[in-house]
Amino acid sequence: MALPPRATFPLSLHLLLLLLSLLLATSTQQEQFSEELLLKPLPDRKILAHFHFQNEAPLHADSFARHHHLFPKSISQLVQKFHIKAMELSFTQGRWNYERWGGFDPISSHNAKPPGVELWAVFDVPLHQVDASWKNLTHSLSGLFCTSINFLESSTTYSAPEWAFQSALGSLRYGTLPREAVCTENLTPWLKLLPCRDKAGLSSLMDRPSIYRSFYHSQRLHLSMSSAASDGSRSGIILEQTLTVVLQPNDQNADMNHVSKAKIQPSWSLSSIFGRKISGRCVLAKLSNVYLHADRGLVAQLENLHENSAQFATNDTGPVDFRMNSGFKLSVTPERVHKELGKGSSLLYEYPINDYKDTEQFDLGLSWEHPIVWSSPHAPFYASRFLMGSGNERGAIAISLKSTEMTQGLLTNNIEERCKLQVNVLQVVPWYVKVYYHTLQLLVDERPQVLTDFVERIRVSPSEDKVSPGMMELVLQFPCEMKSAVLSIEFDKGFLHIDEYPPDANQGFDIPSAIISFPDFNAGLQFYDQSESKSPLLSKLQEKSPVLSYTEVLLVPLTTPDFSMPYNVITITCTVFALYFGSLLNVLRRRVGEEERLLKNKDASKAVFLRRVLTKLSAKLRGRPLESTPSPSSSSSSFVSPKLILRVLLVAGIAIAWQYYSQ
Amino acid sequence: MTKKKKVPLFWTWVLGSVVLRLILLYFPKNLNLSSRPEVSTPLTSLRRLAEGYWLKQSSISPYAGSMYHGSPLLLTLLGPLTVTRIEGQPDHLLCSLVFVIADVVSAMLICAVGEKLQVAYSSSLQLLGLRDLSENSELLPSGDFAALVYLWNPFTIVACVGLSTSAIENLMVVLSLYGACSRLAPLAAFGWVMATHLSLYPAILIIPVILLLGYGPDAPPRKLFRQRNSLEAGNSTVSDVYSEEKAKNQLKVANVFSWRPVVSFLFWTLLWSSYILVLCSMYVQQYGGLQELFKRTYGFILTIQDLSPNIGVLWYFFAEVFDFFRNFFLIVFHGNVLLMLAPLALRLNHRPCFLAFVYIVISSMLKSYPSVGDSALYLGLLGLFAYELKDMQFSFFLLSGYVGVSLLSPVMHNLWIWRGTGNANFYFATAIAYACFQIILVVESVSAMLNHDRTLTKLCTAMVQNVKS
Repeated sequence: MALPPRATFPLSLHLLLLLLSLLLATSTQQEQFSEELLLKPLPDRKILAHFHFQNEAPLHADSFARHHHLFPKSISQLVQKFHIKAMELSFTQGRWNYERWGGFDPISSHNAKPPGVELWAVFDVPLHQVDASWKNLTHSLSGLFCTSINFLESSTTYSAPEWAFQSALGSLRYGTLPREAVCTENLTPWLKLLPCRDKAGLSSLMDRPSIYRSFYHSQRLHLSMSSAASDGSRSGIILEQTLTVVLQPNDQNADMNHVSKAKIQPSWSLSSIFGRKISGRCVLAKLSNVYLHADRGLVAQLENLHENSAQFATNDTGPVDFRMNSGFKLSVTPERVHKELGKGSSLLYEYPINDYKDTEQFDLGLSWEHPIVWSSPHAPFYASRFLMGSGNERGAIAISLKSTEMTQGLLTNNIEERCKLQVNVLQVVPWYVKVYYHTLQLLVDERPQVLTDFVERIRVSPSEDKVSPGMMELVLQFPCEMKSAVLSIEFDKGFLHIDEYPPDANQGFDIPSAIISFPDFNAGLQFYDQSESKSPLLSKLQEKSPVLSYTEVLLVPLTTPDFSMPYNVITITCTVFALYFGSLLNVLRRRVGEEERLLKNKDASKAVFLRRVLTKLSAKLRGRPLESTPSPSSSSSSFVSPKLILRVLLVAGIAIAWQYYSQ
Repeated sequence: MTKKKKVPLFWTWVLGSVVLRLILLYFPKNLNLSSRPEVSTPLTSLRRLAEGYWLKQSSISPYAGSMYHGSPLLLTLLGPLTVTRIEGQPDHLLCSLVFVIADVVSAMLICAVGEKLQVAYSSSLQLLGLRDLSENSELLPSGDFAALVYLWNPFTIVACVGLSTSAIENLMVVLSLYGACSRLAPLAAFGWVMATHLSLYPAILIIPVILLLGYGPDAPPRKLFRQRNSLEAGNSTVSDVYSEEKAKNQLKVANVFSWRPVVSFLFWTLLWSSYILVLCSMYVQQYGGLQELFKRTYGFILTIQDLSPNIGVLWYFFAEVFDFFRNFFLIVFHGNVLLMLAPLALRLNHRPCFLAFVYIVISSMLKSYPSVGDSALYLGLLGLFAYELKDMQFSFFLLSGYVGVSLLSPVMHNLWIWRGTGNANFYFATAIAYACFQIILVVESVSAMLNHDRTLTKLCTAMVQNVKS
């Protein structure tokens, strides 16, 4: 009797498994995960490491309670619940050096972020619900990432830029927390969203000490909707997680006795910069690649070097190989080399991790052969921001734009037509920096100019005390031949309530970075179309996007009241008010003449009373009525008046009663 | 003879003060008075007005953001002047000319009020038969004196050169007093409505203005007139009948509250205020209407949202006080302004002008954003009562106190804000001292005025007894 069920059980189990796997197969059909790492030598002897993880999931109407195979459930629930169209959250420490590390490539435009936390989100809800969604989102995110993003809930910290940042017609909210400290407790929940966490694949390279020792690191989470080609409706979520680190490699060739040792760039390998090697790919990843990017300046220098060496070495096997060998040597041969379109363009070496076995670990190394000096491509203007003025009463914010070699190149290209450069500026200031927008001034080439000649559009939403921050969006049109421009705007420093100061009030307050963008320029790189790989990182690099740069965070010291004084201030002020009220009322009710009369009457009555008592006393003593003058001895008897005795008795009675009652 | 000699002298002093203002206005960059906390409060700062005008020009509500809290009428009047610049001249020159004119007009009005008061007072003293006193009171032309005090007061000059709109508020207050003194109900109503509209606190001046319209200018206590009246009635047989009748009529007039100007004042008040409300609502129509306007102007005054330092004490108080008690203290402090109105009005109802002066001192002492412009007004009006207050106590102490505070306060502000070596308590201490001096001033002046009345009573009763005996 027991046998048939035992026989059927494995069968049913198999069936169930088959069914499950079928289900999984259908659901994971569109769920994809890819991991990529981009390495890039920087001109100032540093290495940029850019991890890029992309997770895609289809979006179903009923997927709220659905289990995903790869995609983090918490994120998909977030998207479902708050109707997020797009969102980006970044945690950054350090400042991206636009001058040295470049400002014109997709990495600097997308991944160079202001210090602290930056969050923006576009919602797919009616306009009046956007604020409520934002508030809920900040709380959810702060729980997810162990940060104080919930401070962005207060309406004084976020704003709604309309066109200087991204055009999202009112449903975009943008907020930053420049003071937020970023550390491993933010990285761990971020890694939890990856299918392999940091146990396998590229993310196993993320050695905490080497990441947090870096000059700049920015961890970013970008959510966007992929839309089906046929109709514009949302079909899937794309979660893009990137970690951008700028590291200083230890010089491996320190012992090498070379003449130009000082000039030569330090050689590095993955194990030397991260202290780890890649032992294998994350098995769940569809794609697992490592890229090495040589930017335009470097490639140009390499070509120069090649031309010099070609004079005595004529064997031309191939341009790619030759270039590769001329300036530096790679420890692993790349599988593919992508070349950017046009002359003087960048190169991308591709290493798929798929092929490496667990026993031999992947360790890409680069050793320089010749000293090479190059510079990264710059944004059209180098933007920086500073404070003017001293003291704690007022000041001015100045944003300076300096032209780089990029605009000079533009100038030579089209001389015949008058070329114009568009610059968008978004400046958000907290309410305690009270900006006078009518004092906006523009200096072009160190000469004051009429604002209307350069400002194409301006949108101001002035700050309201304790309610909303001030925001200014500007679209400026500059002639290409301009060397420098300075925008300055004056402000008064606000005075806060004693409770509104943070614990370290004397450190000062941060003004978030201004965003400068150049919509005329495209930061994307154009590679020869080799579409068989379909790498998300490559498509991200090729995406058309405006050049964007952030300015410095400003530290504004504000005056502090005395924090230890509230009781003293309250009591002293109330005393002054009491003094006013009491003395004025006293003056008003005093009647000089009447008081004198009253006193006289009192004296008279007292004297009469005394005399009467005395006469009575003496009469009783002597047995006969006698008129006597008040004597000093008898004056003491005035103390023993019945009224006084009554009063004393009353007070004593009250005291006794009180004593009794209190016991 | 003496009058004619004095007139050119007076005009030279007036001219001198104007020239001094113009000279100071020409170096605004070096003085930088317009950003001093003593001069420009959130309500009176011209810089904020310019910001409001700029916002309005870029089709945003001028009350968006927390910059401008003044009247829309002021914005239309002064706004265009803040942007028009004459080549080679300092900015805001036209605006400052408006303030100079406002100052001079206020001084002239104070002068006219003083003359009216003096004439009325000496005639009422003569009616009481105190001829010596009336001659004494005529020795000092208190109107000219008060006008010059107003014009040459450093506080007024600083407020004018510092481009504070308080000059215009003061002008409206003085205009209302002048209208009431000369029994021009429409003018008094206009001044009162405008002053209330501009800075809210002059609303309490409605009591002295009504008393002024009802009873006429300041006079000795009415009890004395009644006494005198009965006395005259008693010995009417002594002198000729005609003059006696006339005097009696006059005495009666001094005692009677005439309702006609008061009613017309109330009517005109209604008219002017509805007119101003209509103008304002037209101006702020697109930006939330009158409710928003009241919230941004009067609401801002009453809730003390701006905690930037000024010469009052409330900013520091509300920066330090616990949030839980904030509303309670707001009520207490504003109640303090209103609390003394009734006792003062009862005690000083025979002297409406002096009552107005006392109200102005109290409001400028307890108002939420006081500036030196407010002090300038009451110090100028103080000159009107120079004769009555000649026996005031502590006058030298008060003078040196005012000088000391006005010298120390900028020093403490500099130490705290600019150098960072002092702290907020230093500056707050000078503000406390200033409040105390103002308290002493108001208490002592009221006390001196009441003493003056007492001496008058004494003299009168002595005279009555002499006549009787």
